[in-house]
Amino acid sequence: MGGGGPAGGSRDRVLARVRRALADVPRGERPSDVPVERSYLRTHGRRTAEETVALLAENLADYRAVVHRTTEDGVRDLLMVLLARRGSRSVLVPPSLPPHWLAAADPTRVHDRAACTTRQLDAADSVVTGCALAIAETGTIVLDGGPEQGRRRITLVPDHHICVVRVPDQVVASVPQALERLDPRRPLTWISGPSATSDIELDRVEGVHGPRTLEVVLLETDRDGETDREGEPGGDGGDEDDHDRGGRDGPPYADG
Amino acid sequence: MSGTYLGMPAFPEAAHDAVRNPTLRRNLRHATHTIRDKRARAVAELEDWAGLRAAAKAIKDRTLRHLDHYLVRLEQAVTAAGGTVHWAADAAEANRIVTALVKATGESEVVKVKSMATQETGLNEALEAEGIRAYETDLAELIVQLGDDRPTHILVPAIHRNRGEIRDIFAERMGRWGRPAPDGLTDRPADLAEAARLHLREKFLRAKVGVSGANFMVAETGTLVVVESEGNGRMCLTLPETLISVVGIEKVVPTWRDLEVFLQVLPRSSTAERMNPYTSMWTGTTDGDGPRAFHLVLLDNGRSDTLADEVGRQALRCIRCSACLNVCPVYERAGGHAYGSVYPGPIGAILTPQLRGTGSGLDASLPYASSLCGACYEVCPVAIDIPEVLVHLRERVVQGGEATRNGVRVRLRPAKGHAAERAAMRAARWALDHPAALRAGQRLAARTRRLHPRRLPGPGRAWSDTRDLPEVPAESFRDWWQRTRGGEAR
Repeated sequence: MGGGGPAGGSRDRVLARVRRALADVPRGERPSDVPVERSYLRTHGRRTAEETVALLAENLADYRAVVHRTTEDGVRDLLMVLLARRGSRSVLVPPSLPPHWLAAADPTRVHDRAACTTRQLDAADSVVTGCALAIAETGTIVLDGGPEQGRRRITLVPDHHICVVRVPDQVVASVPQALERLDPRRPLTWISGPSATSDIELDRVEGVHGPRTLEVVLLETDRDGETDREGEPGGDGGDEDDHDRGGRDGPPYADG
Repeated sequence: MSGTYLGMPAFPEAAHDAVRNPTLRRNLRHATHTIRDKRARAVAELEDWAGLRAAAKAIKDRTLRHLDHYLVRLEQAVTAAGGTVHWAADAAEANRIVTALVKATGESEVVKVKSMATQETGLNEALEAEGIRAYETDLAELIVQLGDDRPTHILVPAIHRNRGEIRDIFAERMGRWGRPAPDGLTDRPADLAEAARLHLREKFLRAKVGVSGANFMVAETGTLVVVESEGNGRMCLTLPETLISVVGIEKVVPTWRDLEVFLQVLPRSSTAERMNPYTSMWTGTTDGDGPRAFHLVLLDNGRSDTLADEVGRQALRCIRCSACLNVCPVYERAGGHAYGSVYPGPIGAILTPQLRGTGSGLDASLPYASSLCGACYEVCPVAIDIPEVLVHLRERVVQGGEATRNGVRVRLRPAKGHAAERAAMRAARWALDHPAALRAGQRLAARTRRLHPRRLPGPGRAWSDTRDLPEVPAESFRDWWQRTRGGEAR
């Protein structure tokens, strides 16, 4: 640590100022006494699971991600074609990417390890990952560092990212539904389309620092009826400001 | 706030020059109209916008009314997750803390993701004075830094520059800061972005220390959130070994669930997107992924003083979306520099004089940098009643009164330069308290109406130069009423 003076000094000073500044707040008022009306919607519109996936595809494409659809049988050929079309010679893979996904692909697989330097990552042409979930209403994929996704840096440094989303299992309709399913203790990266800037005369330019090309593969998995999350009632509706919720359970979805 | 802004002229003088710069006005007009139109469409997509806005306001109000509680809880959660929390009462202390942390790593350069809080504290200059170079990595911030310029907009800080100017800045200055711009650089936005990519990538790949702000901090979980578009944020947050985040104490939200509101209202209000390209969330440190050391510097720097003002407190709800700038007729014409602060536009007009106090001529002029049209309030996703606070601050400037500075209650004297306004208000109050005198004055004014000048003399002149003086009627309303209806029974 460092800085001026004992850390406790400024901590106490700032907290004392804040408390003095709130002299008008009645003693005994608790945070939960300040009402927060949550009359907003948990999802916007009612859709079937298929329609939710279609909306995801539409919104991803709207922000210039390239969307593909395939099945378990077709995924290895699709990934091979996507990497070949790009001319990729090396592809970064997270620790537990399903091996059959890249079974047909030519490029050298570079397994991300703690010892990999950023220069080595920079030399990779492409990266292929899974995801934690995807949000249809906003066209967003979310990575949480699970074994199919790897460290945050591997989806950042290469210029080409292929992300596989299992549909409909990994697709939620809305931002509130996504937060319910995510674990805040994991490092999270939300991605909506490729890297972009509008800083020059508001002209949108793709790819400043992150991948310039984002391809999303919507991988249809066999439906067993239990995974249908559509029509599930929204949040509990209660006022959530319970400070004693304590440890969350791990993410309710499986990682592999 | 930053020393860069010391000695700035008051708003009217600064704006006077800005409105005569046709390039600036053209760039600003294009930018503000484009973003405001897109924002309206993005907001219209959500049928529950009013509910989201009400919830956003209520969550922030809850947070502010119990800010001490949430800050302590946040500190516990961040510490439990492997981070270290520091507290800074003012800008100088924040800069000292960050400088010491950087020095402890043995490094002499840092990469920065755009941060209003560190602009406010003048961190880059403070680091420079200690031999540490801070590289801004947001494209617009890079343009500003290379151009030795100041930002003019919260969201698009270099919006006052057009592509030709940016090309010249890159071609001329990039070499001094690292990798030079490619030969024959054109002014195509894609080429300019590519030049920035190449220039900055080598800095990202070797950086050992990153400095950031944050859009939100979750008290319940200790999670920090950074919302961005380019990926420079992700680079700064995940590649270095040490991450230092400087965040204003008002950026805390109570619970993880509260993000469901802010992650819906912020992108749509700000860049008019359903969701911005990248959002990063981290809780302390994670083994094997991202920085090994995480420091959070909680910054007061006038925020607790602002909290002490029951009317002005609402300015701390601000989530820095910049929607108010894009609808403001005054900002659109004057541009961001005229506000003399890192916070321009309507929100700057109420935030800056509260964070810094109204002691300087510039800060005392900011509550007047508005036509009170109310468009800013309409678009604000956390429903800050900016006109209400402007009027409140005008009253403080003219009349003086109680305020809190550096945690101490002080009695402010009326600001200089408002003597005529104060005298006029005093006279008006006296006249309205004395009906007979008011009646006599009105009759005198009516009888001499042909003799009134078209322009006011003395200090009123500037006012009447740009306005038509109202005609004095031949007869006051009271006299007319008395004459025509005076005999009627009540």
